[in-house]
Parts: sequence; structure tokens; C-alpha cells
Amino acid sequence: MLIFERSSPGRIARAQVPADTAAPDDLPADQLRADPPLLPECSELDVVRHYTGLSRKNFSIDTQFYPLGSCTMKYNPRACNSLAMLPQFLARHPLADADTGQGFLTSLYELQEMLKEVTGMAAVSLAPMAGAQGEFAGVAMIRAYHEARGDAARDEIIIPDAAHGTNPATAIMCGYQVKEIPTDRQGNVDLEALRAAVGPRTAGLMLTNPSTLGVFEKAIVEIQRIVHAAGGLSYYDGANLNAILARVRPGDMGFDVIHMNLHKTFSTPHGGGGPGAGPVGVSERLKPYLPIPYVLSERGFHRWAEEADCPESIGRMSAFGGNMGVLLRAFVYARMLGGEGMRRVAEYASLNAGYLAAELMKAGFELSFPGRRASHEFIVTLKGLKDETGVTAMDFAKRLLDYGFHAPTTYFPLLVPECLLIEPTETESKETLDAFVAAMVAVKREAEDRPEWVKSAPHALPVRRLDDVKAARELDVVWRP
Amino acid sequence: MSIPTELQYTKSHEWVRQEADGSLSVGITHHAQELLGDMVFVENPVLGRMLAAGEECAVVESVKAASDIYAPVAGEVVAVNEAVEASPERINQDPYGAWMFRIRPSGELSGLLDATAYATHLETEAR
Repeated sequence: MLIFERSSPGRIARAQVPADTAAPDDLPADQLRADPPLLPECSELDVVRHYTGLSRKNFSIDTQFYPLGSCTMKYNPRACNSLAMLPQFLARHPLADADTGQGFLTSLYELQEMLKEVTGMAAVSLAPMAGAQGEFAGVAMIRAYHEARGDAARDEIIIPDAAHGTNPATAIMCGYQVKEIPTDRQGNVDLEALRAAVGPRTAGLMLTNPSTLGVFEKAIVEIQRIVHAAGGLSYYDGANLNAILARVRPGDMGFDVIHMNLHKTFSTPHGGGGPGAGPVGVSERLKPYLPIPYVLSERGFHRWAEEADCPESIGRMSAFGGNMGVLLRAFVYARMLGGEGMRRVAEYASLNAGYLAAELMKAGFELSFPGRRASHEFIVTLKGLKDETGVTAMDFAKRLLDYGFHAPTTYFPLLVPECLLIEPTETESKETLDAFVAAMVAVKREAEDRPEWVKSAPHALPVRRLDDVKAARELDVVWRP
Repeated sequence: MSIPTELQYTKSHEWVRQEADGSLSVGITHHAQELLGDMVFVENPVLGRMLAAGEECAVVESVKAASDIYAPVAGEVVAVNEAVEASPERINQDPYGAWMFRIRPSGELSGLLDATAYATHLETEAR
């Protein structure tokens, strides 16, 4: 039911009516609308019940285990939210002087420093406003570096076939051609194919590690050495940083640039389209090109670095300095954990993933890379089950909802047929993981015994299967009386 | 899984049928539509466009993903199937009946797979 359907003409919530409304008498008459806008007319209690009812239908990490993991969003500790909402932060104007914003600027500076430390990079800019913008900034810096050296023939970016789709999209946006290289049977980058792909046209390599297949690249140092030897730069997609936080550092592996999705690893809100934050870290040679503004520290005084400070910068990513509210939440998260805490995040994230993988394998599930240790996530393939029973990964995922578990990522990565990509994250207890295994086993048994029941799931939720085709073809969300 | 023996195939999962007038009909295979799921949009090349072999020339979009369709051979687009554009679900219902466009090839056909070779290709892809 929509809030519009609760509307009754003339009903109003007096307490919410503004005391005085500005009359728009300075607007040209032809710009004024003749009819009032179509808005629902409801009492306060109608509104409270409506939205409380909707919130109870929500399937979220606040109510259920959510094995989409950091891929979508980790649990956000409440303290991150409440501290970032201190009035001194909230009420600050983005153009206020540095003199009056030292607390705010110091917080951002410390976040830059902590991200530098945890990734091993030489410098960090918080400016990109999402992971995709961070990727764009990263490849734009690679381009700026080659152009500054007059090395204009480099027009290719090498990307493994396991990559997220954003990597090739970013390379194209930055004016490069994409050269795809395959993955070997163990889930590693095919080194021979990489050696054959690099050359005088190689601008760089974009690599996600651990890869989307949930495994750590065994030859990571060799990979980036091959790229450097050919004169290219190496880009580390930080999408899966949760597995390696403070354990191994992309800077130590020799990478030139990394972007970090703060919602994935540093527990900022995400979903519903943002706002996001995708800081970039760089090696010494890319430092001059960092996007502005970033925070400088001069004898304890903090201020924004602007064009005059860094004339070779690739420029601004947004009107101001990034999504401040999100950055502050990440700052609180990083400060609460500290270096030791971050290390434990990675340890528990991989321990939980490894435990789930082992228990599911024991229960008869087929893992995509059974010989490899799970990083922070792993892949189950239901190809065998589908061939046998007709139950697909999507059916399986829908039935899990009936058992009170959010479905894992389905049908990604594209390299694995009928797959579930499972990521528990560090915050789940053993009891929760055991309950999830029990649900997986129960659904598998149902798929074998009564496949039709699984294929028509969910049965216990307010909405059954949605009409995906209709939603895509006739997308019209405007309510009409 | 159906792979009719009278058709030819590409590694990128298009099928090709020789028509009586010398043109070639192009569609996507049963395997391709199964992987993509329910189709929602089809975008065909414009009539008269000259295509190079392997060129991206059409797009099919399903509830899961949008995928490029590649020209299986070089030639001119001489017909497009508007019925499939209007009802993309035909591709799911009858993948080998729902041709998308027709090409008049500009040279000899080469590099296409027969049904056996395509079946082998599918097995290799599945690893």
C-alpha cells in the first residue's frame, strides 16, 4: 500500500504545518502553477503507521543475516553515525574558513593518514565521491603520468576477465582500450596471457585482489612486476580490502594506485544509491596528480590543498571536498578500531568465510575453488543441483528468504555458472553462521525432495516473485488516483 | 539444450541461418537466452548498415544484463525483425525462430562453427 492510498481529502497533521510560509509573490505569474501538487493528505498517526509498517517489511542487516557482506555494506556501528552527527560537524558550512574548522579538517587529515598507513601508499585524497569516481580518478592519474612524460603511445589497460564491470567501464571513460586476460583454473590471473598482453601500448593493469572469485592472487608481486617492466602502472581495485586490512598492503606489493570503497571496508552507509566515498591512494610518482582538494598539515594547522598547491592535479571531483558526512563516519570507524582492530577485522572476516566454506562443503555443497583458502568470501556453484532438480541459484536464493536469511549475491561473478557468492563479514557470530548452514542444507534437501516448492518461493514474505520483465519494460513509479 | 544441426554458430553464441535469397538470419542461441534470462529489450542495427565481421551491432537486454551482439560475418543489414523488438520474450520462447536481423554477406563465410563444434565450445566454456 502506498501512502497516497491512505490519503483522505482535508486530513492534515497540524503539528507539522510550518508556522509561517513564504508567499512566492516575487515569482513571475507564468511560472506559478495553477493546480496544487498531488500530495497525500494524512494524519500524523497514519504516517507513523505507514512507515513503521514498511520498515517491518524490510530485509536488512539490522534484522537478518546478510551474506552479501562488504560487497554491499558491512554492519555500521551506531557510534560512527552518532559521532559524525555532532552539531559541530553537521552545522558547518563547506566554505567556512580553515580557522574555524580545525576539528573537522584534522579529522579528515587523520583519516587520510590512517588510509595511507593501512594501504601502504604514499598519499591519499578523499575527494572522490564514490567507488566509481575513485576508479576514474585513479586511471585519470595513470593517464596524466604517461602524458607528463610524453609517453603518448600507451592506449591500453589490461583487465582480467574476473574483474568487476566497473573496471573496463572506467578504462573506456578515461579514453583507453581494454585488453582482457583470462583466469586460470585455480582462479589466478593467467601469467602467460599477461606476459603476452603487455607491451609498449600498456598504460596499466587494473586488478582486484582478492579477486571477485574470492581468492588471493598467488603471484601478485610477479603480476605487478610484469606490468612495471613493460612501462605500465598498476592499479589495485580495493573492492575486497576487507580480507587484507592491515595484513598485507598494496603499497608494499608495489602498486601505484588504489581506490577504497569506504562502505565496503570502513563501514559507512551504502545502498539506496549513496552517498558514497571512494578515496584514492597513490605511490610517490603519482602524488602530483592526486585529485583536489585534500587536507594538508602545516605545523599542526590543517587546510585544503587547492590548485595553487598542486598544479599537476587531475582536478576536482566535486564542488566541495567529497561526501563529508560519509568520510567522518569512516574516520570514527577507523579511530575506534585502530591498527590492531583493523587487523582483527581482516582475520575474523577470513576466519568466518573459511568456516562457512568448510561447513558448507562438509554438507555437500560444491565450492568453485575447493583447493583454495577463502579470502573474505567464497563461491558455491549450484550447477549440479540445477542439472539434477531444475532448481536455479535464483530459486535457492528466494527460498533462503523464507528461512529468514538475506540471499547472498547471485550470478556474480559471471565466470561461475549458477553461483552464490557468500560473504559473512567479521561481525557475525558462530551461532549465526551455523544457523545459515542449517538453512542452506534445508533448502538443498527441499530442492531434491520437492523442487516445485523451492521454484515458487518465497512463500512467507509480503511479496512473492516480482515481475522483473514488467519492472524493466514498464518502469513507471508515478502514482495516479 | 537444443543446438539445431542445420544452423551455424559463433563462439559469442549467435546462430546463423542461410536463407533462400542468399541472406543470413542472425539470432542468439538457446544457451545464450538461458544464461541471460527473461529478455526485456532488443536493439537492432539500422537497415543498410555495413558491418565488419565481429563488430558490435546489436544489444539484447535481459532482467540480468545487457549484452552486445556481434556480426557473425561482414555484410549489409538487409532486414530487421521488428516483431522481436516489440516482444523480446520471443527470444526466450523460441530462440531459433526469433531471428533479430538479416545480413547480405559481402564475402565468403568463414570462422563459423557447426552444431558439433558449438556443443564442444559450450563444454569448454563450462570447464
